[in-house]
This record gives sequence, structure tokens and C-alpha cells, in this order.
Amino acid sequence: MPGPVQSIQRGAAILRLLARSSGKLGVGEIATSLGLPRGTAHGLLRTLQLVGFVEQDSATGKYQLGAALLHLGTSYLDVNELRSRAINWADALAARSCESVKIGTVLDGQVLVVHHVFRPDDTLQTLDVGSLMPMHATALGKVLLAFDSGAGAALGNGPLEAFTRRTIVAPKDLTRSLAGIREVGWAAQVEEMTVGEAGIAAPIRGHGGLVVGAIGISGAVERICDAKGQPNTALVTFVRDAARAVSRDLGAARW
Amino acid sequence: MATRYVMSIDQGTTSTRCIIFDQQGRLVSVTQREHRQHFPQPGWVEHDAVEIWRNLERIAPEALRQAGVGLEQVAAIGIANQRETTLVWDRHTGVPLRRAIVWQDTRTTALVDELAARPEASMVQKRCGLPLATYFSAPRIRWLLDEVPGLRERAERGEVLFGTMESWLIWNLTGGPDGGLHLTDVTNASRTLLMDLTTLEWDDDLLDFFGVPRAMLPQIRPSTETYGVARTVLPGVRIGAALGDQQAALFGQTCFAPGEAKCTYGTGGFLLLNTGKDPVRSTHGLLTTVGYQVGAEPAVYALEAPIAVTGALVQWFRDGLGLINSAPEIETLAKTVDDNGGCYIVPAFAGLFAPHWRSEARGVIVGLTSYITKGHLARAVLEATAWQTREVVDAMNADSGLALRGLKVDGGMTADNLLMQCIADVLDVPVVRPMVAETVSLGAAYAAGLAVGYWPDLEGLRRNWHRAAQWLPAMDPARRESEYDNWRRAVERTFGWLQPRR
Ligand SMILES: Nc1ncnc2c1ncn2[C@@H]1O[C@H](COP(=O)(O)OP(=O)(O)OP(=O)(O)O)[C@@H](O)[C@H]1O
Ligand SMILES: [Mg+2]
Repeated sequence: MPGPVQSIQRGAAILRLLARSSGKLGVGEIATSLGLPRGTAHGLLRTLQLVGFVEQDSATGKYQLGAALLHLGTSYLDVNELRSRAINWADALAARSCESVKIGTVLDGQVLVVHHVFRPDDTLQTLDVGSLMPMHATALGKVLLAFDSGAGAALGNGPLEAFTRRTIVAPKDLTRSLAGIREVGWAAQVEEMTVGEAGIAAPIRGHGGLVVGAIGISGAVERICDAKGQPNTALVTFVRDAARAVSRDLGAARW
Repeated sequence: MATRYVMSIDQGTTSTRCIIFDQQGRLVSVTQREHRQHFPQPGWVEHDAVEIWRNLERIAPEALRQAGVGLEQVAAIGIANQRETTLVWDRHTGVPLRRAIVWQDTRTTALVDELAARPEASMVQKRCGLPLATYFSAPRIRWLLDEVPGLRERAERGEVLFGTMESWLIWNLTGGPDGGLHLTDVTNASRTLLMDLTTLEWDDDLLDFFGVPRAMLPQIRPSTETYGVARTVLPGVRIGAALGDQQAALFGQTCFAPGEAKCTYGTGGFLLLNTGKDPVRSTHGLLTTVGYQVGAEPAVYALEAPIAVTGALVQWFRDGLGLINSAPEIETLAKTVDDNGGCYIVPAFAGLFAPHWRSEARGVIVGLTSYITKGHLARAVLEATAWQTREVVDAMNADSGLALRGLKVDGGMTADNLLMQCIADVLDVPVVRPMVAETVSLGAAYAAGLAVGYWPDLEGLRRNWHRAAQWLPAMDPARRESEYDNWRRAVERTFGWLQPRR
């Protein structure tokens, strides 16, 4: 087993130091207190600032604990901010795929729709923002389940609600399906929620790769799937590209 | 042949953005960089034009890289810009003489009062369509000419150039001191107070009135036309369009027919109504302005209602009060309560623009009781944008004699669902957001693409417009009326706050 990672130890020490001190600290003070070279301390602070764990006073240049530390356990990214940051790419996805786009996050074991872009055919559609959808029967929900180990807790161990003949109801089938989703990096749903409808979704990642939401398209099964009933590969690519673009804007390095 | 694209540059009040669009008007890549806001004195707002130019130098190649697009694949560049922001620079060195004076800046208040007292002042609005106000460029040019020693003489000799941001960027892109093109488009020129709205030329009487030498002014050109070819940053690419950002949004929303209108929500809010080939004079506090001019075709005019502060109030809530960490959190905070709790905020930070035009007004928060929480304040912040929209829509309806049947919206604030619902509620008409919220950029791209034949005509562009979201009114009419009444009473309390210096 590898030994402790030095930079994480040092980062933790900086956080403890800032938590103990009553005011704000400059980079020099922090470096001296911890016996670190100034450049090293600066690098660590920059990274901690990037993830929101420390904040820098723009006038004095001094550091203090960041607001993100205060609600570590709760929402990591405000859902309204997620929408603002994703809106351009969600629009572009709807325009490319010619389907409606939704962005979802987890709320009490369900998918909360935080953004919705109409299918670009100018037919009458109503805005679904704020509605809740089941996790196990939607592409967005399955992505969120697959990449957020805490999200599944609310589903319990019993059989899941069936919406159609194709809904995954056995927990062990769902577990297998989620493993597959983790492997390929996207999810599909074919008539699992509503007969005649299908969807494709991919994860949105923030700093460090943490999944903060999912983006996907949904529509008539004959448009989403090919002749063999498999999700259309071009659409899958559009969805994954959009998810990557949002993730990149949110600061996820590799996606 | 490789796929071709159009690039837009949106030089805004808070940031500069480059976006690459494909032929269906879909966004392919976007890069953005904020620049510093300088507030050297209360009421003064400045930007460093060199910083803005450097930002463009960075983000334009980055947008190409992100899209995986080569220079040779860019059919044209279109520029949209913050309007009225005033810059003078040295023709030989390319160095600005001062920081740019931003459209929100009110340092020229005394100068404008002085000018307004002259007998010829009534000629101004007749000639250029705009009221004499600190909002526009000419008083700022005059202020600089008075303030900077030797500037007037140098300006008269043509050694110093004036321009708004599109002129500055085009001049630099086309070579700067080394043969850079010094030009502006009709929409930007129509915001200076110096252009005759019907001839679309600089007007000698207006130049005399403001004491601005003609030699420092850029040449006025149509909004869409190949002005020249970039020599740096995007070398070899044609520059096909320039428009003020709000006119660009009108274009991007494809409001090409008289009677079509849009409202853009960014730092400020701007409602523009296409009025066709004839300038329509307002009797309800709106501006007459040029909407766009496509090549050699006649100009299309617009009635405009500018609201000075919409998103800027959210920004103040974040930066000035520190009650939220990011602008979108205003919605989260506002949703912690069901209503405004009786509290109203009128953000007359730099006076009030349309329809009031009260430069002496200053902001108020009214209805404070110990019941009010930051949640109620957040609601009041969003409602301020909605009610200000209601006021300008009422004015627009009164001027046009027609009732608006739906509002097309765009800009960063349209990501706020609570706000969009609130606007639909107070206007009592559906609010519609198009598939591209960055309509300013899209409009600049459309205009440039038209100039170089990338898109054939306006009708083709119209087909790219699709509804992305819609909010339907759902407010009890009696409540709407009583809330509007409260709002109007709050607005009255801002009037007359600043008193002439005794
Ligand atoms: N979700 C939101 N709710 C409310 N206001 C928001 C939200 N998101 C952004 N804003 C506000 O919208 C503005 C940003 O919008 P946008 O990006 O269209 O403006 P901008 O183009 O930068 O403005 P300018 O062109 O004047 O620089 C900011 O003032 C910000 O406070
Ligand atoms: Mg803008």
C-alpha cells in the first residue's frame, strides 16, 4: 500500500491553521507557520482556492476558509448555478440532436429536473423544471445512481416500482446495469419509463471529477434508437460531448 | 471542403466573449474573459481598453482551438460591443489617452445640465433621436477634450482618434498604428448624439453644439459589410459586421419585421422594437435608434427602452452586500420565501433611464420591517427587473399603439426561471427564450455571415430561430395591480434625491 500523500497532508494542515486563526493569513505567514517554502504554500493555496476550500481577500491578498467547507455535506454546486453554467451547451445539444434536453440532480432519491430545453420544433411544450422523476427508470437517474454511491441509498433493497414492462425492477439487475454505465460512461433508457419513449444521458463533472449532475435527451423511441432498438450512436456522441463541455467549464480537468 | 464557421466577438461591459457558430447557428465553442471595473470616484466607471484588447488576443485563438477549427475555416468575424463607452487614443502609438469612460458613468452630469440650458439644445433630440443625457458618448468626448491638456488641438489635427469599443477593436485588428481602419457602424454611431438619424452622417450642427472636432471621428459604415481583413489575432479573416450589443441581440432574435421586439437581460435590460424603414419618435420616454443596416440597403430603425440596472443589481447583491456567492444563487435565496414580504428595491444607482430619465434619482429599499430577511431582499432584487420591464413595455405599447402579445428574451439572466416566470406574471404575456441565449453573439455572427454570403438572406436566418423555453403568466390580476401600484410608489421615492450643489 502506498504511503500518505504529502500534498494532501499539507493541504489539511493549511486548513487547520486557517480554522484556528481568528483573522485572515497571508501566504508568507502560512509558509512560515508550516515550515514550507513560500512557492509550495502558494501552490497549495491556489488549489484549495480552486475547489472553494479557501478564499482570498481581493484587497489584501490574505486567505481564509472558503464557504464551500461550511456545506461540504450538502449541495456541492447550487442547482441554479449549474443551470447558468450549462445553458449554452444544453441549447447546443438540443439544436444538434433535435430533441428536448434535461439536466438533473439528485434530490431525496429522485431526479430533480433543474433545466429543460424544448425540442426545437416549435411545438407546444411545457417547462418541466422543478419536477421529479424516478431514478431507476430514467437515463438521467441511472447516470446519477451509477456515479454517486450515496444516491442509491434511498432506493432500498426491495423491488423497484414498475412503470412499463421494461422497467428494471430487481435491485440486482439494476446493480448490473449501473456497472455497465460506469464502464461506458453514459446511460440509456428504452421504454423503461413510458411506452414509446427513450433517453440518453451522461454525467456532468465538477472539480476533481465529482459528478454534480447529468445531462440528457429524451424523445420518441424511433428517433432516439436505431432499427435494432439500440441508442443511435450519433446522438450518444452529442450527449457525451455536451456533458464534457459543461464539465470542462465547471473545472473538471480530464472531461 | 472543410466545414466553415463564423466567429463572433462580444465585447461587453463585464467581459469579452468569442463564440464560434456553425451554419445552423449552433454554438460550437465559447471562450470568455472578464476585465476589471475601475471606480475611481462615485459615479465614475472606467475600463482599460488595452486590457480588453489583450483579452481578445487570448480568447480568440482559444475559441478556435477549443472548436478544433483552423483560421481558414472562419468565413468572417462579427463584432458586437457595449455601446456608448468612450475611448480616445493616439493614432501614431495606439496608446489610449485615458481609460475608457463606460456608459454607466455619470461624471458629465454638470456638463449635460449646462449644455441642456442652451437655446439650441432642443435641436439635439430632433436630429439624433436621443435625449441629451450622460448615457451617450458626446458629452464624454467633450469632457475629455476639456480635461486633457492639448487634446483638442491634437484631435483637430487628427492625431487622436475617438471610438467606441468596436472602433478600437477593428482599428487594432486591422493593423493599429500601421494602417488600422478607423470606422464605426450606424448603430454605434447612432448612440453618440452626433449622428443625424436620417442621413446617417455626422452632423455639423451637433458637432458644433458639443464642440467635437470631426477629424477625430471614425467613418460611419453599414452594420454588415466586409470592412477589411484582420492582420493580427485572426490574420486573413474578413471582418464582416459590427453592431451595438443590443442591436446585435435584435438581429440574433431575428426581429426583422416591424413590430417584432426583444428584451436582453445582462448588466442592464434593453427592450428594442423594430419600427422598419422610418424612425418613430417616442412620446413616452423611449429612444429612437438605428436597429441595423444591411449593406447598401436602407437602415432599419428601432424604438429602444434601456433599463440601466438589471443584472448589475444581482451583481451588487453578490459583491457589494456579499449575501450570495454567485449570481444564480439569487434564485436559490429568493425561493426560500414565498413573496417579497412587502419590500421593494428600486436600483436607481445612476439615476433612472427609460421611461423616467431622472438623473438625480438614487436607489431605495422601501417597506423594510423586522420581518424582512435576505430571502425577501433577493425576491425584491428579481422583481425589480420584472417591474422595470413592465414600465418600459407599457411605454412601448403606448408609443406603438399596439399591445405586446409576447416577449422574446435573451441574455444571462434568462437562466433564472423564477425571474422569467415573474416577468411573464407582471406583463401578463408569455415570455419566450430562443435556443441560443447568447443572442448578442449570434446576431453579430449572423450579420457577418450575411456580409460574406455564408448565409444567403434574412429569411434563412429566421428558420434557425427556435423556442427553447416558455413561461406563461399565472398571477392573480388583482395582486398584479396592487404590486404594480406599490412598485410605482417605490419609484417615486427615488426621485429628486440628488440635489444641485449649494
Ligand atoms: N441566474 C441568474 N439570476 C439572476 N441574474 C443572473 C443570473 N445569471 C447571471 N445573472 C446576471 O446576469 C448578468 C450577466 O448576464 P450576461 O452574461 O448576459 O451579461 P453580460 O453580457 O456580461 O453583460 P454585458 O454585456 O453588459 O457585459 C450579470 O449581471 C449577472 O449578475
Ligand atoms: Mg452582453
